[in-house]
Amino acid sequence: MNRAIYARRRGVNGVFLVLSTAAAFIGIAALILILYALLKNGFGGLSAAVFTQNTPAPGSAGGLANAIFGSIFMSIVAVIVGTPIGMLAGTYLAEYGRHTWLAFVIRFINDILLSAPSIIIGLFVYQLVVARMHHFSAWAGMAALAVIVIPVVVRTTENMLLLVPNTLREAAASIGAPRAISIRAVTWRAARAGIVTGVLLAVARISGETAPLLFTALNNQFWSTDPNAPMASLPIVIFQFANSPYEDWHTLAWAGALLITAAVLTLSIFARLIESRQK
Amino acid sequence: MVDMALSEESSVSSRSSALKRFGRSDARFRLMTLSSALLVVAIFAGIMVSLISGSWLALHTFGWSFLTNSVWNPVTEKFGAFAAIYGTLVSSALAMLIAVPLGIGIAIFLTELCPRALKRPVGIAIELLAGVPSIIYGIWGLFVFAPFFQQTVEPWIIDAFGNVPVMQDLFAGPPYGIGTFTAALILSIMILPFISAVTRDVFETVPPMLKEAAYGTGCTTWEVMSRIVLPFSRAGVVGGAMLALGRALGETMAVTFVIGNAHHINESLLAPGTTISATIANEFTEALGDTYVSSLIALGLILFAITFIVLAVAQIMLKSLERRSGGKSA
Repeated sequence: MNRAIYARRRGVNGVFLVLSTAAAFIGIAALILILYALLKNGFGGLSAAVFTQNTPAPGSAGGLANAIFGSIFMSIVAVIVGTPIGMLAGTYLAEYGRHTWLAFVIRFINDILLSAPSIIIGLFVYQLVVARMHHFSAWAGMAALAVIVIPVVVRTTENMLLLVPNTLREAAASIGAPRAISIRAVTWRAARAGIVTGVLLAVARISGETAPLLFTALNNQFWSTDPNAPMASLPIVIFQFANSPYEDWHTLAWAGALLITAAVLTLSIFARLIESRQK
Repeated sequence: MVDMALSEESSVSSRSSALKRFGRSDARFRLMTLSSALLVVAIFAGIMVSLISGSWLALHTFGWSFLTNSVWNPVTEKFGAFAAIYGTLVSSALAMLIAVPLGIGIAIFLTELCPRALKRPVGIAIELLAGVPSIIYGIWGLFVFAPFFQQTVEPWIIDAFGNVPVMQDLFAGPPYGIGTFTAALILSIMILPFISAVTRDVFETVPPMLKEAAYGTGCTTWEVMSRIVLPFSRAGVVGGAMLALGRALGETMAVTFVIGNAHHINESLLAPGTTISATIANEFTEALGDTYVSSLIALGLILFAITFIVLAVAQIMLKSLERRSGGKSA
C-alpha cells in the first residue's frame, strides 16, 4: 500500500523534473537555433561593401552604409534627448516624491509605457510630427525612439536610487549640503553604474526597434544626413529587403540582421557586466 | 574693530545670499525633476488624445459596427476591425498556452534543479533571448522556421488530426507555412523569457523556511512547487504572465512576417490571418484617403485599450506581491 503511494509520488515527481528540464532545453535550443541561422546566413553576406556602399537597387551590388549610419545617428540623438529627461523623472520618483500619490500615478503610467506596443508610439509620433510637417523625417524617427528610451531610463534610475542607503543622504544633509547638491554629488554618484546599465539597455532596445520607425523616419535608399528628410535604418531595411523577392536583397537583410543582433547582444552583455561588478 | 564689524557684516550677508542662492538652485532642480516626471504623464495623455482624435472619423463613420464587422475593403472604403482583433486575440492566447507552462518550467529548473555552476549561464541565455530584437524573430520565422514548419510539421499535424472531430477544423487546409499558428509559435518563443524571468524572481521571494519545512516533512520537489511555492507566489506568476501577454498582443514585426496578412477569419489555425499591429505595419504608409488612415489609427486605439487593461492588471498583481514581501522583488 505505502509502497504504491511512494512509487506514484516518485513517478509524478520524475515526470515533472524531466518536463521542467526539457523546458529549459527548449529555451536554450531556440536561442542557439536563431544565432546559428544568423551566423550561417549573415556571415556570408558580410563584406567591406556592406559598410562602405549604400543600399542597392535590386540586382545591383551595394551595402548597408546609409542604414548603419541612420540607425546609429537616430539612436544616439534619441538617447541624448531621452536620458536626461528619464534620469530627472526617475530622480523625482525616488527622491522627492517617493511616497506621494503623484509619484504613484507616474510610476504606474511609466510602467504601462514601458511595455506599451511600440507601433502605438509610432502612430503617436506620426500624428504629432509627420502629419503636421506633411513629410516623413529623421526628426520624427528620433522623437519616437526617445519616447521609448524615457520609460526605460526612468525605471532603472528609480530602482538604482532606491538601492542607495539613506545614511548617505543623511550624511550629506548633516554637513549642510542642499538637497539638489546631495542628490547630484552623492546619490547619483552612488547609483552611477546602475544608471549606465539602464541607458545601455535602452540603447540595445531602440537599436532593434522597427515598428516605431515604419511611418516616422520611413526609409531612404540614399546616403542622407539631413534630419529633415527620411532616413534609412537597419531594421527598416531588413524588413523591406526580407519581404522582397530578390535573392541579393535577402543576403543583405541577413547581413544586417547579424549586425543588429551582434550589437544588441554585445550591449546587453556589457550592461550586465557593469551591473554585476557593482554588486 | 571697525574692520572686523564690517567683515562680519559682509560674511553674514554673503552667507544669507549663499543660502538664498542654494535655495533657489534647489527649487530649480526640484522643478526640473518634477516637470520631467510630468512629461511622462504628458506623453501618455498625448498618446491617448492623438489616437482618439485620429480615429474619430472612422469611429464616427462606422460606429460600433467597427468592432464587430470583419470586412476590410480599402476599395469601397468599408472597414471593420473584427478580423484583426480576432487574429490578435487568438495568436496571443495560443502563444500564452505554449509559453506559460514552458516559462514556469524554466523558472522551476533555474530555482530548484539547476546545478549551481550552470545557473548563471542558463539564466543569461534565457535573458539574451529577451534581448533579441523582434525583427530578428521575424526574419528567422520567415526564412527558417516557416519553411521547416510547412514541409515537416504541418503535413504531419494535418494527417494526425485529419479525423479527430474538432481538431480537424482547427488544423485544416493546405500547409502554407505562414499563418496564425506559426505566428503564435514565434510569439511564444519571444515572450518565454519574460515569463521565466518574472516567475524566477517571484519564486525567489518565497521564504526558504517554508520550502525547507515542506521538504522536511518528506515532500517531493513537485509537491513543494505545486503546494507551497506556486500558491505562495500565485499573484506574481499571474502578473508576469499578464506582462508577457501585453507584449504578445502588441508585438508587431515578428508577427507581420509570418502571419500572412489575410483580412478574413478562418477556423483553421494553419490558415493565414492578421493582427492589429500587423495590419497597421503593413498598410499605414500606403493608406490613401482619410477614412482608411483613420480606420488604421482606430485599430491602434483598440490595441492600446486592450494592452492598457492587461498591463494595468499585471502591475496591480505584481505590486500586491511586492507589498506582501516587504517592498523587495521585481
